[in-house]
Amino acid sequence: MTADSKEVRPAAAQQQDPPAPGGTRTAVPDWLRRAAGIGELWTFVILVVLVAFFTIAAPGKFFTQYDLTQIAVNAAIYLVLGVGMTFVIITAGIDLSIGSVLVLAAVAAGEYNIHHGGPDAGWGTVAVCVVIALAVGAGWGVLQGAVVATGKVPPLIVTLGGLGAALGIAELATGGQDPAGAAATHLQNSLGFGKVLGIPWLVVLAAVVTAVFGLVLGATRFGTHTLAIGSNPTAVRRAGVGVGRHLVTVYGLMGLLAGLGAVMWLASYGTTSIAGHSTDNLKVITAVVLGGTSLFGGRGSVLGTVIGVFIPAVLTTGLIVIGVQQYWQDVAVGVVLVAAVYVDQMRRKTREQA
Amino acid sequence: MASAREPLLAAHGVVKRFGHVQALQGADFTAYAGEVVALIGDNGAGKSTLVNVLSGVLAPDEGEVRVEGQAVRFGGPMDAQRHGLETVYQDLSLAPDLDAASNLYLGREVVRGGLLGRLGVLDRPAMRREAVRAFAELGVELNDVTAPVTTLSGGQRQSVAVARAVAFANKVIFMDEPTAALGVVQRARVLDTVRRVADRGICVVLISHNMPEVLSVSDRVEVLRLGRRVASFTAADTTIEELVGAMTGSLDEPARQNGSLRKAEDGR
Repeated sequence: MTADSKEVRPAAAQQQDPPAPGGTRTAVPDWLRRAAGIGELWTFVILVVLVAFFTIAAPGKFFTQYDLTQIAVNAAIYLVLGVGMTFVIITAGIDLSIGSVLVLAAVAAGEYNIHHGGPDAGWGTVAVCVVIALAVGAGWGVLQGAVVATGKVPPLIVTLGGLGAALGIAELATGGQDPAGAAATHLQNSLGFGKVLGIPWLVVLAAVVTAVFGLVLGATRFGTHTLAIGSNPTAVRRAGVGVGRHLVTVYGLMGLLAGLGAVMWLASYGTTSIAGHSTDNLKVITAVVLGGTSLFGGRGSVLGTVIGVFIPAVLTTGLIVIGVQQYWQDVAVGVVLVAAVYVDQMRRKTREQA
Repeated sequence: MASAREPLLAAHGVVKRFGHVQALQGADFTAYAGEVVALIGDNGAGKSTLVNVLSGVLAPDEGEVRVEGQAVRFGGPMDAQRHGLETVYQDLSLAPDLDAASNLYLGREVVRGGLLGRLGVLDRPAMRREAVRAFAELGVELNDVTAPVTTLSGGQRQSVAVARAVAFANKVIFMDEPTAALGVVQRARVLDTVRRVADRGICVVLISHNMPEVLSVSDRVEVLRLGRRVASFTAADTTIEELVGAMTGSLDEPARQNGSLRKAEDGR
């Protein structure tokens, strides 16, 4: 494909002197303009203001290493899920099923663990459990993606069905009770509570996943196609990109990350928490949208999602530290969420009128 | 003049049905290298259907399409693109949230060399360089190839779509109503571009409703009516009245006689 372009281009080069590199560009660094343009800048400002407020309101209490670590650990799983959700929402899709998929993957891995050593299971069992959780998540995601790719059922409905079905299967397998011995001590002591250079492994893992997916979105062909599909799927199809296949991959990756979330959850809490994930989807979607990713597709960034995940996390911790009921966090996030989408809509309108 | 040359693109007896509607009833089409050929016809004459067949979007039910004399069967637009046939769609087919450079290379992204390229890492500087060059070549002023296309003016967006087709086509470019949404200045610029592209040996197939425009920019005009080619004119030797007559059928017989009649030779 690229060879074609190179064959055509030289003729053009001879006809006209190429403009001086950078001659048509402004002096503002590229990355800064893109950062500002994508709408995550103002969310970052909100985050900074929140941190500053709590630091001043509770001097010496909020901005301690313990609180930062706690915020990061709490945010780690949501961050991993949010990264996948960023891709899904950028394609103008949505995935409501992530909490149930996480539970299903955790139950599958947990059941294997129970029958292969329970809490005292060896490293081999731990490895198999990790593979099972990832495979179950990815498999479920691919299945949902395949249905979405047919274009016959909207993603909202596909994943709403997936939400119910995955949770149902998990409850069938366990009788609705969290089984004892779902996580091996090895897993909990390493990934769950372990630290490297003072940073919890959970946080390191989430950071690596975020960095990798951030680069995939921003710097690769796959990322560009994801953005383009959300922007104009017809154009992408005409350009010869397999839109259906791409969607299957995006939903598959979302599932894979839900599986990874299951591993992190088991490592962190040692139980499958079947009933504890019914609002994961809403929390994660909120974070992604707060981060400036457009629900209408085509625009968004992983960096924005990172900020979006930390705003509720900082609010929760901060409100506890300054002695306000933490339930105010839900109120505040709700208001900010609606404002974020309002701003997105307004910006979209003004741009389209331009 | 044209009969001595091998047509670059030709269609013979193309039939396309949509349910009970027969959009094309044995349509023919001929286009030569380096010419601008306008395809005109009243609403429902089958222009869009014919172009969709020629550009690989639709598969014909009957009849054949030939590129440089070789019968081809396109499995999709990509097949046609591989043969050097590009389309500028009426809706422009751009991703509005992506920048001009990304749109230029949509589906044909340039990746870096080595391992990074294998991972699909884009060579953005190269794409931007080429984009700036492609736009400059068309005389398009685009201050910033990294701005999302949605922030550009209608004419600039049009230019991005045209530049994409020009950059990758080496035989034929189909343009569906390329000036419909443009102002006077931009319209002139696009037509100027069409002319220059044809001068490079590429055939431009122009679909248009605008008769003065058709006559001013094209070398030949092919007229469709009710799913068939009813006439073919040399633009320099015809008038708007003649074209309209052929389109509507009101001047049916005279049009056939005056136009370089092709009905007879289609039966081969």
